[in-house]
Amino acid sequence: MTPEQIIDEMKKSNLRGRGGAGFPTGMKWSFVPKDTSKPKYILANGDESEPGTSKDRPLMEMDPHQLIEGILIAGRAIGAEQGYIYIRGEYHYIIDIVERAIGEAYARGYLGKDILGTGFNFDLSAHTGAGSYECGEESALMESLEGKRGYPRIKPPFPATVGLYGCPTVINNVETLSTAPAIIRQGGDWYAALGTPKNGGTRLYSISGHINKPGIYELPMGFNLKRMIEDVAGGMKDGKKLKAVIPGGSSCPLLSADEIDVAMDYDSVAKIGSMLGSGGLIIINEETCMVDLARRIMHFYAHESCGWCIPCREGTAWLRKLLDRFHDGGGRAEDIPLIDELSKNMLGRTFCPLGDAAALPTISIVKKWRHEFEDHLRGKCSFKPAEMIVGAS
Amino acid sequence: MQLPPALEEKFTQLLGRYPVKRSALIPMMMYAQDQFGFLSDQVLEEIAKRVGLNMLQVTETEAYYSMLRRKPAGRYNIQVCTNVSCMLRGGNELYKHVQKRLGIGNKEVSPSGTFSLEEVECIGACTGAPAMQVNYDFFEELDPDKVDSIFEQLQDGKKPKPVSVISGALHPRNPAEVLVISKRFGIPNSTKIDVYLQNEGY
Amino acid sequence: MAEVKQITFTINDEKLTTPAGTLVIEAAKGKGIEVPSFCYYPGLSLQAACRMCLVEVEKTPKLQTACTLVAVEGMVVKTDTPQVHKARKDMIEFLLSNHPLDCPVCDKGGECELQDMTFRYGLDHSRFNEEKLHYPEEKWSPLVYYDAPRCILCFRCVRVCDEGMDVKALGIGSRGVNSVILPNKPGELACEECGMCIDICPVGALTSGTYRYQTRPWEMKYVPDPCTHCSNGCKTTLGVRNNEILRANNRDHSGVNGEFLCAKGRFGFDFTHNPERVRQPLIRRDGRLEPASWEDALEEIARRLKQVHEKHGGNSIGVIGSNHTTNEENYLLNRFARATLGTNNIDHHRTADYAGLAAILGPKAKDAQATMADVYKANAVLLIGNDVTNQNPLVAWQIRTGVRHHQTRLYAINGQPSKIHRQAAHGVETAKGGEAAAVRWLATGEGQFEQSVSESLGQMKSALEKESDVAILFGADIQGGAIRDLVAFGSRLGGQTRYMALGDYSNSRGAADMGILPDRLPGYASLADKTERERFGKLWGGEIAATPGLTARGMMEAAVAEKLKAMYVVGANPVKTFEVAQPDRLAGLELLVVHDMFLTETAQRADVVLPAASSYEKDGTLTNTAGELQMTHRSIDPQGPRSDFDLLRILSHQLGMLGLGTPIRLRTPEAAFDEIRQNVSGYDVSVASLLAGGAQLTSAACKSPEPNYQAAAGAVFSSHDNLFSSGTLGRYCSRLASTKEAKDTPWSSSPSTQSWWYR
Repeated sequence: MTPEQIIDEMKKSNLRGRGGAGFPTGMKWSFVPKDTSKPKYILANGDESEPGTSKDRPLMEMDPHQLIEGILIAGRAIGAEQGYIYIRGEYHYIIDIVERAIGEAYARGYLGKDILGTGFNFDLSAHTGAGSYECGEESALMESLEGKRGYPRIKPPFPATVGLYGCPTVINNVETLSTAPAIIRQGGDWYAALGTPKNGGTRLYSISGHINKPGIYELPMGFNLKRMIEDVAGGMKDGKKLKAVIPGGSSCPLLSADEIDVAMDYDSVAKIGSMLGSGGLIIINEETCMVDLARRIMHFYAHESCGWCIPCREGTAWLRKLLDRFHDGGGRAEDIPLIDELSKNMLGRTFCPLGDAAALPTISIVKKWRHEFEDHLRGKCSFKPAEMIVGAS
Repeated sequence: MQLPPALEEKFTQLLGRYPVKRSALIPMMMYAQDQFGFLSDQVLEEIAKRVGLNMLQVTETEAYYSMLRRKPAGRYNIQVCTNVSCMLRGGNELYKHVQKRLGIGNKEVSPSGTFSLEEVECIGACTGAPAMQVNYDFFEELDPDKVDSIFEQLQDGKKPKPVSVISGALHPRNPAEVLVISKRFGIPNSTKIDVYLQNEGY
Repeated sequence: MAEVKQITFTINDEKLTTPAGTLVIEAAKGKGIEVPSFCYYPGLSLQAACRMCLVEVEKTPKLQTACTLVAVEGMVVKTDTPQVHKARKDMIEFLLSNHPLDCPVCDKGGECELQDMTFRYGLDHSRFNEEKLHYPEEKWSPLVYYDAPRCILCFRCVRVCDEGMDVKALGIGSRGVNSVILPNKPGELACEECGMCIDICPVGALTSGTYRYQTRPWEMKYVPDPCTHCSNGCKTTLGVRNNEILRANNRDHSGVNGEFLCAKGRFGFDFTHNPERVRQPLIRRDGRLEPASWEDALEEIARRLKQVHEKHGGNSIGVIGSNHTTNEENYLLNRFARATLGTNNIDHHRTADYAGLAAILGPKAKDAQATMADVYKANAVLLIGNDVTNQNPLVAWQIRTGVRHHQTRLYAINGQPSKIHRQAAHGVETAKGGEAAAVRWLATGEGQFEQSVSESLGQMKSALEKESDVAILFGADIQGGAIRDLVAFGSRLGGQTRYMALGDYSNSRGAADMGILPDRLPGYASLADKTERERFGKLWGGEIAATPGLTARGMMEAAVAEKLKAMYVVGANPVKTFEVAQPDRLAGLELLVVHDMFLTETAQRADVVLPAASSYEKDGTLTNTAGELQMTHRSIDPQGPRSDFDLLRILSHQLGMLGLGTPIRLRTPEAAFDEIRQNVSGYDVSVASLLAGGAQLTSAACKSPEPNYQAAAGAVFSSHDNLFSSGTLGRYCSRLASTKEAKDTPWSSSPSTQSWWYR
């Protein structure tokens, strides 16, 4: 297949980025300039640090060759001869697995020079991260790969034109790239048909939380969320009632129990005010203190904030302290609207989406479970004795 | 500074992978930390020399990443996740239990140097919550008893068996599932190229 | 100049036309619209980190940062809407959440950008009810302190040190809200101590160790003076309170140095109140220097000068002038020597062959001078010899900034390494002292070199021949005939080649321009020129002899050999500078008079010492090495010392009464400057601009070229100062001396930080 044909097929498939943003993959690949003397790169984003998400892990630990093949396809499509798989540092044993698989591929002639006699060259290696959620952001990932602090970059220019070492780069999530072989083998139309209009194919969901069968499930796009919880994930654990759902990793607005009758695809979830995100589905039962949840979520973002821009750096830190104090019983009436306002003051104003990721769930929790906050003001928490937890610092 | 041959080889391999030497910095620090337990001034100076950077550039990069440390940890660094998925399935209680059992708090090392403890963010074991890592090994679907047993084994010098694959990835398939990319999950040796080739690979 | 495409866009409902590619934040300034920013700083790389500059752009849902938004045709921008106002307020609120309430004691209070922005855009109360992060203050060097709680993490300091200064001594530590700025050694800095980070810091996170907690900015009077140290003429603003200079910095930005200032300009003012300062006249009695009254001292000098003159004639007297005294003082000294004392033995320690450049260029000199701005603007710079990083820091800054902003090509020829070579597009490493030979080859093709040097030179020549409007800068090693070669080569290059001789001190150029030379009159007029001799003779009320006098070195040797009977030394330390063998033999002089601020090696041997004022303590003009003239102003009353101008004037009256020479009627430096303007070649500049604080380019030029010009042997040589030394004066700058770099090898001179032809 020619590069143009590959990109066409990818466009037909309606495959959208599985890392969280959901950008159409074929379109992303088509942005890479065709005529340039600069080397081009394929980067597989295996940073997977979004809370609730653990679906790239099984892909790498059980089917690394699929990923390698996906990278090769991408390389062929844009004319890249070098790729790196950025794997978060915590997944150390997985890096070993991936490196072994790469070794095998080289040995059999699927990587290296003149692959299978086609004249196409491609070199691939794994690269370890060292503990940073922000490095899952594509431009921060490139900074980290270049050996620097993981600060995101000014966009535009976008990685497709100015990426790794200033050269055209395609960065895709591990799952997205792992899907490419199937698409090319069986056709973009076939893949698209598995899903819903503009949301092609299937995706992996790592379903966790208060359910009977937490696990990794591959379901077609548009699958109903209610069915996912009750049927696929075996229903609520210990028969408890559902209170809230995090649909795609903690960076999404939360859904309440009466919002779960929705098709799980990018557009449908966006319509009800949340995001499909990274496929990290977390099911929350009625016995969970939502204030505690908001607090823990903010702890995460404050810990992971890279510190580059004022709103995220100061905002997440302030909210973390505020939510800690509030949860532990030191709250005041003005704190509730303040949590909402500070989150909104970060929204849309930060340098990279981490600020939005911290703001969105918080705003949704205050909005939908405000009464729990008010209870805390009165010194009441219906769900657990107030526990002092020293957040991961 | 003399490095053990395996590390030396790794460094050479790393430097050869990238067109810009600096890219090898973070992997080099990680592997050096694996070898020496932490990154001392001496080790960082050596890395700086090899990558062609000055100490400030190396230390400021090291400072950004939470897995890198300038002080020694215990022989077994216990990292307990308390982020959302784990918290919902008892992560906080588990962490408390571990604190009590080991007698140390966050980022502390036990007097004997055997254990150190860290409360960490999501480690990517959500479907196996609550989970923790001992150094790099994953232990999932934990409860206080399982954790105690793990610590006993460690203290006896034995190696408890970590998960080889994330809990929840291998399960009887729900009929609603459509297997495209997870087709090969569960096939023995699915990571091997021959198995891949046999199952539609390349 | 290529035509730059113009585009029109709308900002706050008004149309604005600006060159294509302009950032909105810059274009807005054209309409007087201020878009606030912390991290954006013109000339440094873009960050978009502080988010203060968020503005509304039509058809774009999210607010955009004006500092990265390029204005395009038809764009509609609004900077004054409620949404924008709220965003600014919110950013300030976030920033103030951890910022300590240090205003009452913080050095930056009163000139703090955060204060200003909070006042203008922020809110009037804080909703932050949590505990603020606290870190202890850090002393990174005697001159630079860091207060992490105040730091707003705009990273201007990191960028100016990295990109601007190419020192790269600052980094960032930790992550998120715990981020801090890190110095390049644990807890301390090893750098050039330029203090650029202090000035560029918008808040009081980085403060001057010498100024810390001393006063408030509104308590000081500000006097902008050219720096008294090196020859670049940077404007340094002296902050004075109660007749003491408390600080010097460059918040002004209006000098030839733009935003740049080095360690000497910033911290090298404390010599003014050094306890070793001579504050009273001293007369040697019974072998010891003892305090005396002004009347006694001046009377003593006049009487004894007259005696020597009567007994041995004018030629037995030698006058050594200064690299630091003002043009007016130099002019007076010239008159004093030639017309009053009747001697042509007048010279100074020449740190560059300015006379040579003037002589070889002739009248063409008027259009062939490179100013400091020219160095920045040039597309190509040929730098020969000198270590500009250490000796001419502004020149180095201009080169670096030119390279950074528009890829200026630097061609360097040097026998010694220099940090500036990191910026070089092409470098030739000659043998030590071999720069002149390399230049000769460029001009004539003559000369033999090592193979690698030959090749390099050849490549450089071909590359240079493709350049046009080149700025050629050269150190003291290029003198006499070598300048001839250099100009021969330079005149073959395309466009207008401009030259700058690199001298060492604040008025080295002025000393030469004003003719403190044994064979030249002011404006490089040759002594051999009868018209010029008569012209100045008439002006000065005395006949000027035609025979050139001794050089400074010659005078010192003559003094030791007891051939010279009297010496008059103003603001110089020739015993040290010329490394006089057996300096105690100077006692063979019948009279040695010294004007100085301190008891230098020379002053210690004097018969009479007159305490002199520094350039920060008097009015006058100074000319930088490029020929740019600036006024200096009296910032403090030195209480004792007097300006050399006054001393010479008064002495001339004393001598006049004794029948030697005619008294100097010019009563003020302004009057002297007027005479200079009217009579010295190239000094007819606009006074108005000077009075407003600007610089004017002089162009002292010989009437006709002198192709056979030779430099006197051993007369032109550099002191090779670095950022922490400044000839004799530097010894008394305790603040500079207190730094680690002053005691050990300075950062930019140490071999580990210098790399040859790093690319």
